[in-house]
Amino acid sequence: MYPADFEYHAPATLDEAVALLSAHKDDAKLLAGGHSLLPMMKLRFAQPRHLVDVRRIPGLSEIRAEADAIAIGARVTHRMVERSELIARRLPMLSEAAAMIGDPAVRNRGTMGGSLAHADPAADLPAVMLALDADLRAVGPKGTRLIPAENFFLSLLTTALEPTEVLSEVRIPLPSVRSGGAYEKRRHPASRFAIVGVAALVELDAKGVVSAARVAVTGLGSKASRATKTEQALVGRKPDEAELDAAARQVADGIELHDDRQGPAAYRAHLATVYATRALRRAVERARAS
Amino acid sequence: MPTTETSGRPLGASVKRREDARFLTGRGTFTDDVKLAGTIHAAFVRSPHAHARIRGIDTGAARGHPGVQAVLTGRDLVAGGVQPIPVAWLLPGLKMGEHRVLAPEVVRHVGEAVAMVIADSPAAARDASELVQVDYEVLPAVVATDEAIGSDVRVHDLAPDNVAFEWSIGDAAATDAAFAGAHTVVRQRLINQRLIANAIEPRSALASYTPASEELTLYVTSQNPHVHRLLMAAFVLGIPEHKLRVIAPDVGGGFGSKVFVYPEECAVTFAARSLARPVKWTAERRESFVTDAHGRDHVTDAEMALDADGRILGLRVNTIANLGAYLSLFGPAVPTYLYGTLLSGQYAMPAIHCTVRGVYTNTTPVDAYRGAGRPEACYVVERLMDLAARAMGQDPAALRQRNFIGADRFPYQTPVALMYDSGNYQAAMNRALEMVGYEALRAEQAKLRQEGKYLGIGFSSYIEACGLAPSQVAGALGAQAGLWESATVRVHPTGKVTVFTGSHSHGQGHETTFAQLAADELGIAVDDVEVVHGDTGRVPFGMGTYGSRSGSVGGTAIHMSIQKIAEKGKKIAAHLLEAAPEDMEFTEGKFRVRGSPDRAKAFGEIALAAYLAHSMPAGVEPGLEETSFFDPSNFTFPFGTHIAVVEVDKETGDTSLRRYIAVDDVGNVINPMIVDGQLHGGIAQGAAQALWESAEFDENGQLLTGSLMEYNVPKADQLPMFETDRTVTPSPVNPLGIKGAGEAGAIASPAAVANAVMDALAPFGVTHIDMPLTPARVWQAMQGSPGR
Amino acid sequence: MSKIRVTVNGVASEHDVEPRMMLVQFLREVLGLTGAHVGCDTSQCGSCTVIVDGVATKSCTMLAVQADGGEVLTIEGLAQNGQLHPLQLAFREEHGLQCGFCTPGMVMAAYELLQHNAAPTEAEIRHGLEGNLCRCTGYHNIVRAVQDGARRMAEGRPAVHTPFSVPAVERTASSTTTAKRG
Repeated sequence: MYPADFEYHAPATLDEAVALLSAHKDDAKLLAGGHSLLPMMKLRFAQPRHLVDVRRIPGLSEIRAEADAIAIGARVTHRMVERSELIARRLPMLSEAAAMIGDPAVRNRGTMGGSLAHADPAADLPAVMLALDADLRAVGPKGTRLIPAENFFLSLLTTALEPTEVLSEVRIPLPSVRSGGAYEKRRHPASRFAIVGVAALVELDAKGVVSAARVAVTGLGSKASRATKTEQALVGRKPDEAELDAAARQVADGIELHDDRQGPAAYRAHLATVYATRALRRAVERARAS
Repeated sequence: MPTTETSGRPLGASVKRREDARFLTGRGTFTDDVKLAGTIHAAFVRSPHAHARIRGIDTGAARGHPGVQAVLTGRDLVAGGVQPIPVAWLLPGLKMGEHRVLAPEVVRHVGEAVAMVIADSPAAARDASELVQVDYEVLPAVVATDEAIGSDVRVHDLAPDNVAFEWSIGDAAATDAAFAGAHTVVRQRLINQRLIANAIEPRSALASYTPASEELTLYVTSQNPHVHRLLMAAFVLGIPEHKLRVIAPDVGGGFGSKVFVYPEECAVTFAARSLARPVKWTAERRESFVTDAHGRDHVTDAEMALDADGRILGLRVNTIANLGAYLSLFGPAVPTYLYGTLLSGQYAMPAIHCTVRGVYTNTTPVDAYRGAGRPEACYVVERLMDLAARAMGQDPAALRQRNFIGADRFPYQTPVALMYDSGNYQAAMNRALEMVGYEALRAEQAKLRQEGKYLGIGFSSYIEACGLAPSQVAGALGAQAGLWESATVRVHPTGKVTVFTGSHSHGQGHETTFAQLAADELGIAVDDVEVVHGDTGRVPFGMGTYGSRSGSVGGTAIHMSIQKIAEKGKKIAAHLLEAAPEDMEFTEGKFRVRGSPDRAKAFGEIALAAYLAHSMPAGVEPGLEETSFFDPSNFTFPFGTHIAVVEVDKETGDTSLRRYIAVDDVGNVINPMIVDGQLHGGIAQGAAQALWESAEFDENGQLLTGSLMEYNVPKADQLPMFETDRTVTPSPVNPLGIKGAGEAGAIASPAAVANAVMDALAPFGVTHIDMPLTPARVWQAMQGSPGR
Repeated sequence: MSKIRVTVNGVASEHDVEPRMMLVQFLREVLGLTGAHVGCDTSQCGSCTVIVDGVATKSCTMLAVQADGGEVLTIEGLAQNGQLHPLQLAFREEHGLQCGFCTPGMVMAAYELLQHNAAPTEAEIRHGLEGNLCRCTGYHNIVRAVQDGARRMAEGRPAVHTPFSVPAVERTASSTTTAKRG
């Protein structure tokens, strides 16, 4: 309940935040909604000496429509995403995922940037960002860079962000017209994290054949990851039930599944298939309807 | 805001609770809310190992931390005269491992406290606690219930095979004979998994000391402050009982877990006296997980013998009960006298034999958790009933009804010591069948199966022994305390009434129900009765609240005091009305001369007269206040039939609880709204045992479900609305006819839900899965079935 | 120490706090508002739920310094002029509480739920309260209380949309040195 002592900073600009991070490096942690970090600090699993709160930095709480993308500020809360009409219309997969994070109060405070930077292996948004092919904007001492989601999640609780960088924004390219996306999640009954979460984006051509697919899973391994075998199995196929099932069966391919408290590996693999099937089915329905 | 909104008699009405106003406005006073000037704060250093020898403790760095007032270790407490924590229920041959407040030499479970740091703020205490260096020699641990016996690891030297006791009940020879002549025998190994009560308020203690009077005051999260006072003063700290005042203010749920005397509150009280400063400690949830006494944890081999008609001939039960690393306060009683004696269920069983071995392991101590032994017994009996019905191709409801003890057979002597007080089991079953629409539901089940949907209907016809307890019986069986209850009823000169009860409310609503009881019997307004509980400085004596005893035992003590007041009032009224006392009657708040309705004195007039004492009958003392101790002659036996309706998803193994029907007979009811609420909560806890909750350790004794992130206390979206009703069969054991309602839901529901899941899985040939019935387990069972 | 200025139940005050102090401790220890409780350390139980700048917040998972400049509504500020809020009344009428420990957080979570959805279904209520644990009621009567509260709010006086103008019911002793009406 009582974190170890730390020095608190609330910089007014991104540059100030970067300067603070540069000064304190590994001794510093960024604080946004705090819903990943503060529980870790209360349990003293994390004991940063400096906390850099981004609350006063302007411009991080916006959801913006651009010509070919939607930009979401790092401090946008899950609730803002969940309730955004724009996102519901253009990125329904993200709306669904946001609405299944934690609980209402957690969604009120937890942020897009915080969740992605924390990179919990059972978090929902990393899988969604992988499926949506998002770019994550990092601001550091050397300027700004865009990191593709693909390259962002490195391993358990570890991302490509340098200790001196601030994740400022997520840019999600608008999926093509004939595409549909869906997120399906088996929630842990207690923590509400994903036992398995599957984010699927499917694009159909004029004949109803899959022209592109991006599928990502979370909750199975040490980080969210693309299900490339599933994607490959779909492209060029007419997505009938049998094809979807066959593709879904490969969703955990390349992930070494272990027995855990949620069940033996065989059950977890089965669940992954079930949830992949459900996500793919709805993604295809949405693609057809669009 | 008036609390009474009923025009009729208060007794039996759903009077809204007077407690609610303070809780709903944030003005409740829980232990951690209590602020005393000059308070310093304790944090405990806890063992990260399940079993280790303490080579040494270096407290230097912690002592030097800013704000630290003291660091105490187990040796300091031993030197200070602190004695081990006692056990309140002894069994013959019980091997009692010494349980020290702070472990001086050996730690025996993860989370056991080895040192206490006291500092100016909780944060400073926590900071400094991390600076205490403990040098451990890690020892091998024994964890699993069924591995304790025969393990090379010895938890306590005095129990070489880790067996604390071996206990049996019933007639082994008669049971053997019954099995020898059986048409059908069903057998099953049943694991009743370990649970953690998880009252939402963590345990907390705040002790203060007044040097001038040498008096200690302890605010503590307790279900029984007088028991805490006795045990802590007389046994642990060795101080005069009258120098310790224990206050259990608002307590945020207990479910048994706040009955027991725990190390932390003893340490805090010791420190407050040593330092002459108020000392406070409040558990963090992760501390609660490893230090609050756990519940259940049985491994049982059970078998039932039946004749060709499905009549039960005999029951044989062999249980290993995990007691944890130490005997908690009632640890030995729960898996014996609160378990083996209930194995007759609602059924006429000619022969029963049960043996129980209580074993030590390197885990958190195990003690009473809502139901305490009785849910375990119900689970054994009711699972076997369903297994028997399946084996014999009979309807589970019909098989139960064939074996019910008839309503004309009460009082009924079971083969396992108990004498059931009253019952009408068929009536409760009938009502439950009617509510669930049994025949139609079976038809729907058959139809859904054709569609690949798996509906299950599960029964649990439970019996419960509560109203703890006849002291003489309990004493003969090993209890180290009386189990009566006491109440003082004080009538003030204005006719207002204060009831002092030894029962303790931590959610049960006694402030309302006992006021209803007193108001009803005295013929006054509910608002004119104040109920005081939870303070040894205000309530003369008491045994507290557990075992569904407050209404039947605590309520009766109030009733007895009111009877005495009525008798004294009659004497005073007779004197004032110049009538004979034996001609007086007391009805509707008036003392009347029988046959002369206009010759009467109101209750308030008599109250005033008693205190003015200007004109009292000869030999009658002034004042109007009475104290009573009620010691029941028997337990009470609530019963009922619960029906769970579940749907199992073939694809994922998910179980959803569709409906839950509960028909309970808790005897007479003071406040139906509150009784229903008790049932709801108990059902939720029991359903959660069936489906979600489980305390799981790894082989090294680390608790894998050590936070609310892993341990699934059910959330609102996991449960349905509950359909409840009652039959009323008053208990003859107490004048109020109350049986008790606090635990019934938790006793009945694990079996009901588990039976429903097995019923759903019948097409797969699945007959048993151990709780919790997680999707993984259910799915695996379906995969392994030939009928897949 | 950091200086913060927070308006709680309509009363603004300034305090020096340790940066590591959680909002719930600030409310309980500094302001003496002990309605919000601490039931866990992993943001699961919701006993500490209060409204911060209009949204339900687990005050055990927010630093007091993060509330600087903000407005907080706690259970102590929900009743007005000695009258229970319709939702509080509904919890009492429907027996939506037993031990009372989770109650302040549960009521505040339900309060926010009804701000966004004036007539929620049973399922919406159950999902809306998934961040608040109750061990006593099995939620049955809590669901009914929220349904009843929604009806009362619809029929009776309107919901309080600007909770921050509500004066505190009661100011308990606090260490406030610069408190003044906000």
